[in-house]
Amino acid sequence: MTKLSEQQYQVVAKSVSDKKALPGALLPILHDIQDQLGYIPKAAIDIIAAGLNQTAAEIYGVISFYHHFRLDKPGNHLVEICRAEACQAMGSEALEQEIKSKLGIDYHQTTKDNNVSLEPVYCLGNCACGPSIKVGERVYGRMSGEKFSRLMDKLSTYVVELGQGENHAR
Amino acid sequence: MPVKIYIPCDTTALAMGADEVANIVEFQSREAGLSVDIIRNGSRGLFYLEPLVEVETARGRIAFGPVEAEDVPGLIQSLVAHGDFSEGKAFAGKHPLYLGLTEEIPYLAKQQRLTFARAGIIDPLSLEDYQAHGGFEGLNQALALTGSNGPQGIVDEVKTSGLRGRGGAAFPTGIKWQTVLDTPAEQKYIVCNADEGDSGTFADRLLMEADPFTLIEGMVIAGLAVGANQGYIYLRSEYPQADKILNQAIKTAYAQGYLGENIQDSGQHFDLEVRLGAGAYICGEETSLLESLEGKRGLVRAKPPLPAIEGLFGLPTIVNNVISLASIPVILAKGGEYYRDYGMGRSRGTLPVQLAGNIKQGGLVELAFGATLHNLVFEFGGGTFSGKPAKAIQVGGPLGAYLPEEQWHTPLDYEAFAANNAVLGHGGVVVFDTSVDMAKQARFAMEFCKIESCGKCTPCRIGAVRGVEVIDKIIGDDHREQNLELLTDLCDTMELGSLCAMGGMTPYPVRSVMEHFPDDLIKAVPGKAQQEQEL
Repeated sequence: MTKLSEQQYQVVAKSVSDKKALPGALLPILHDIQDQLGYIPKAAIDIIAAGLNQTAAEIYGVISFYHHFRLDKPGNHLVEICRAEACQAMGSEALEQEIKSKLGIDYHQTTKDNNVSLEPVYCLGNCACGPSIKVGERVYGRMSGEKFSRLMDKLSTYVVELGQGENHAR
Repeated sequence: MPVKIYIPCDTTALAMGADEVANIVEFQSREAGLSVDIIRNGSRGLFYLEPLVEVETARGRIAFGPVEAEDVPGLIQSLVAHGDFSEGKAFAGKHPLYLGLTEEIPYLAKQQRLTFARAGIIDPLSLEDYQAHGGFEGLNQALALTGSNGPQGIVDEVKTSGLRGRGGAAFPTGIKWQTVLDTPAEQKYIVCNADEGDSGTFADRLLMEADPFTLIEGMVIAGLAVGANQGYIYLRSEYPQADKILNQAIKTAYAQGYLGENIQDSGQHFDLEVRLGAGAYICGEETSLLESLEGKRGLVRAKPPLPAIEGLFGLPTIVNNVISLASIPVILAKGGEYYRDYGMGRSRGTLPVQLAGNIKQGGLVELAFGATLHNLVFEFGGGTFSGKPAKAIQVGGPLGAYLPEEQWHTPLDYEAFAANNAVLGHGGVVVFDTSVDMAKQARFAMEFCKIESCGKCTPCRIGAVRGVEVIDKIIGDDHREQNLELLTDLCDTMELGSLCAMGGMTPYPVRSVMEHFPDDLIKAVPGKAQQEQEL
């Protein structure tokens, strides 16, 4: 297991101490850590467990139950494609295939250049204007393979211009 | 006087480019010397017209839509050339995207908006706007009732309204509240279920993004009614915009004395907090939601005990959907009878129907119960987006049945749908055109259950996996007759042997495909006959 960096340790320790007194504190703590680090490093589990007086297994069990929480670091951009029925009715299945082949990855994978991680999602609440995808915090409606390529070009350029991986992932 | 221009900030408007439009409107109007005041309102719910740009005139707000970034320069020029805002003269024919007065757009004019009365009209974060449009009238009534009659007066009003849970289960809200009121405890809770996971639904999101104070007001009233001083909004993490807006609205409500201690000098106390889910569909089930709020895996609990008696942290808890709670202010403000006078049979009041999927004019339509699906999909919705004939309509989310054409004239009413082995659920309507393969949809129902089952009940956890396998065999013509029988048997087992609706209702869409679209399920497999010959 990779050790936490000093900065990561600070984030985790602060989240736990800030929120452990909340009733039902675990989800708020996990969200807070993932919002800041982009994921929940495995080495954080023991610290959370100690803070909440629970076992590491309990913490891991909660993380693994929820699709949103991830234990591995995502790419610079987290792309989520809606797989639910309203988007299916607008051709999301073909869109999924197109996006996967453009990126050269499947769900739960990250591109080799570490630019994009791909996840399925079941409904973004944009069902009147599907098919929908979400990139970082932003939802895009009436998505197509072509529009996705343009969007990706824009996002890659943006990262290059900033000269660093701007972290869109939550 | 600057011209007031409204550009929505709800998720769908943003997904269709509203932020870009707002930026360009600001820039272009400055260039053109037109003084403007841009207001980021919520959406009216006419999503097929988003981004819908409205301009205030003396006659009322006039609308343009859908406005894309490249339409803005022409629109601003047109406003400068023809807009006489003080006189509010007709703008007709002056711009191709001109839609007339917003309130007169038939899609909106034909609706009966009670719960969504303010949606899209006000700035969602302006408390002054909220109050100017009837906000907190319900709370004032509730405080008056508490003073004269005790909390029972509020519960009685909710009972009179006939409101039933809008999350999908349609349990009478007043009876749930009565149970919590009658259960003595030091601490009680109000939990708002904002884990709107059903595909094809967005009413909760729209309400929270367009009129968050209504939800806050509804929850404060619920707190007064049952003696609870702590509320939680359990919001799905897929809704970051709603999260942002709700949190800002809550902060404002605290600052203005509508939350916290001594609400409006009444001596009443209510605290409210947003808690985020984490992408688990099952957490929309109330007991799973409570587990999640307690910081655990979202495993469904057995009932009884009812959450109204032993809910969050084992204490009496109201768990109500966003729309149920957001309907409380209008019920209190205008009286339970006013609300009850809408609707049919035992389905009282209005239902915000969400038109989604392959539909030309998707959006939110709030109508009294009793309208038909056909009326909604074809008169409001304008038919399919693709222009091909519609083939199936799924109502009520992923656990709802696919309705064939012969059932499209069923009135929207809980009992009428139940008679068709279908559900209204949370009011999501997803239209499919003739290109859909219904066998795939039946398979997806099982696949979705496999992905989202909490794992507590074996028929759901294992049954969904077997369901996918059995449907694959049926599609592939592998012992088709026997496997169809097996699938029926499996559906029975899931339905009868699961604690909650996840396993209990996944059979609904599957059975509806077996019953109404059998040809899709048992169509010939290309190349199969030849393969068999070769063997």
